[in-house]
Amino acid sequence: MVIETETRKGEPEAPLAEPPRADDWIENRPPSRWGAFDLSEIWAYRDLGWTFAARDLKIRYKQTFFGVAWVLLQPLVAVLIFTVVFGHLARLPTEGLPYPVFSYSGMVIWLYFSSGITAAAQSLVANRDVVAKVYFPRVLAPIAAVLPGLVDLAISLVVLAVFMGAYNVAPGPALVLLPVWILFAVVVTLGAGVWLAALNVEYRDVKFVLGFLVQVWLFASPVVYSSSLVKGGWQYLYAVNPLVGVLDGFRWSVVGAPRPGLDVLVSLAVALALLVSGTIYFRRVESYFSDLI
Amino acid sequence: MSRAAIEVEDLSKRYRLGRKLRVHQTLQETLAAKLRMQKQDAQNEVVWALRDLDFTVGEGEALGVIGHNGAGKTTLLKILSRITRPTSGVSRTRGRVGALIDVGTGFHPELTGRENIFLNGAILGMRRRDIRERFDDIVDFSGLEQFLETPIKRYSWGMYLRLAFGVAAHVEPEVVVVDEVLAVGDVRFREKCLGKMSEFGREGRTVVFVSHDLGSINQLCSRTIWLDHGQIHADGSSQDVINRYVRSSVGQTTRRDFEAAPGKRVQLLSAAIVDEHGQVDDAPRRDEPFTISMRFLVRERIPGIDVTFTLQNQQGVQVLDEVWGLDTGDSLSPEHVPAEYEARLTVPPLLAAGDYVVGVLIGTRYDVLVEEQALGFRLWPHPEDQSKALARNRVLQPRVQWEVRAVEPNG
Repeated sequence: MVIETETRKGEPEAPLAEPPRADDWIENRPPSRWGAFDLSEIWAYRDLGWTFAARDLKIRYKQTFFGVAWVLLQPLVAVLIFTVVFGHLARLPTEGLPYPVFSYSGMVIWLYFSSGITAAAQSLVANRDVVAKVYFPRVLAPIAAVLPGLVDLAISLVVLAVFMGAYNVAPGPALVLLPVWILFAVVVTLGAGVWLAALNVEYRDVKFVLGFLVQVWLFASPVVYSSSLVKGGWQYLYAVNPLVGVLDGFRWSVVGAPRPGLDVLVSLAVALALLVSGTIYFRRVESYFSDLI
Repeated sequence: MSRAAIEVEDLSKRYRLGRKLRVHQTLQETLAAKLRMQKQDAQNEVVWALRDLDFTVGEGEALGVIGHNGAGKTTLLKILSRITRPTSGVSRTRGRVGALIDVGTGFHPELTGRENIFLNGAILGMRRRDIRERFDDIVDFSGLEQFLETPIKRYSWGMYLRLAFGVAAHVEPEVVVVDEVLAVGDVRFREKCLGKMSEFGREGRTVVFVSHDLGSINQLCSRTIWLDHGQIHADGSSQDVINRYVRSSVGQTTRRDFEAAPGKRVQLLSAAIVDEHGQVDDAPRRDEPFTISMRFLVRERIPGIDVTFTLQNQQGVQVLDEVWGLDTGDSLSPEHVPAEYEARLTVPPLLAAGDYVVGVLIGTRYDVLVEEQALGFRLWPHPEDQSKALARNRVLQPRVQWEVRAVEPNG
């Protein structure tokens, strides 16, 4: 018998295809309370993350009539209103910059952040079909949700450059640090987004809180006004809002606003704490997402 | 015996019914509960979807899983494919698991056929490179070459299914778990899918197949597990287990109302065996036609629908599998929803007397509603039949003609 099997194996046409030989066991055990993300697994699923991001981007541009124009229209209208209200009527200080350049440079970052956390907060619920029917590292959903905004950000940066040309504002050598501030913005957005995504699965009222949160956050951040209004040691407390550091750094790099102080480090620390705590919380609740969703 | 590809040890899954309610819970309620020292946990009703399951599946083996609705079949697949975590115990698979728990998971209506192939492929665990490599095969399989650049919201239900299967059939994980998906679609396409599944088997992949279609299970799987209330009721050769399952489940239910399912777009209301006046027929006879009736409620306008009746005899043979399908959907998109429908299937006097089980199924783009054992009834013999008519092992009993005469020796 054994010999027969051997010879049959030797024949070229016998096996239809190379049988898969994966030797590693993949286990499914009850969730543990504390555990780190398996980064190598997230990396192994990166194609899916890109696919989610690409899908969201495509759908957005397909569904909206104005397409790319929409990305520009929204901040431009906002800047127009802010210029009239805050620039001309309230005459807020702008570090010597023309108000439209000042507020548009803030809007570029702000819109990335606000649309990013909104998308991330909805990411698991919006993908509930997939979450309930296929396994993937769940944290990919909020990660993928903060990526499409980077395309809008890039487009907005081009418009900002046009603005700066029109108002004769030139960036200084600090422009080389631009990628650092964008990465900083991504960390803040992802940190808040991961928190909100996990909370949103458990508590559906996050959806309603979100609109309010975004509004409050806008006025708690130096988007339409300058952070130089906060003085005398208070700026360190102010910088607990991590967007303060992002916006100050970004304006320094791009439109030549004054170099931010040490309060940036406070923002950075808070941003990292937000991301780390967010992933820990996410990790703890993700094991029962598919049962809840 | 080859080495194991799936190991399940002491596996249990508990759902807390209270936890499901938490979906609608608000922060305020949670905070209030926390202040009340979380006393409410004790009140939560607990349901064990799976209880102490133990089994092993060898590499390259095809395992069928059968059982009534709510027996834990889907929960088992969800644990094997890691969609959900067990409450205790462990499940292990060698290599990646591809889960075909639904077709077209993640399909987006605004995207084109081509874009959805890449999206769905990635969701099913394929790398972009793999998808690109198999793209032509996927398109061939689905036969939708001219429609690749069309957004799939313009696809008919049939086209949608073909695209979905095209992708699913080209995923190549080491372990494949399949739930029910083959129950939808037309017969020709179903055969194609069954063919693809047995090919999975021949390629040495391990297959776990959950279905209400006992015939397909018998055909594809050499071994079958029968789950009952989250436990293994029987585990053995498919033929054996299926025979026992069918025999146990025949009861006399000629009329049945289904539980309300408020969230669904389509809901089954009731099923019955009726006579020509629409009255419930408790004792249909083999020499008269009988009618299977099903009422269902359409709550929202939907693009297409399939209504299926199956009939299984006491040997477990599927003697009927009739599909009424609507692709374009216009005639079943009532102006005013909700709308109630009745589907009737009249079976001519052809089948043998004996016990039968009726299964009903409604498939839409969004849901598949299955009641594999909606009704059970006895088709009574003709009064002049021999007394053992019910016991004979036959499928058909049409009006036949006998002629017996002496034949001359030279012909």
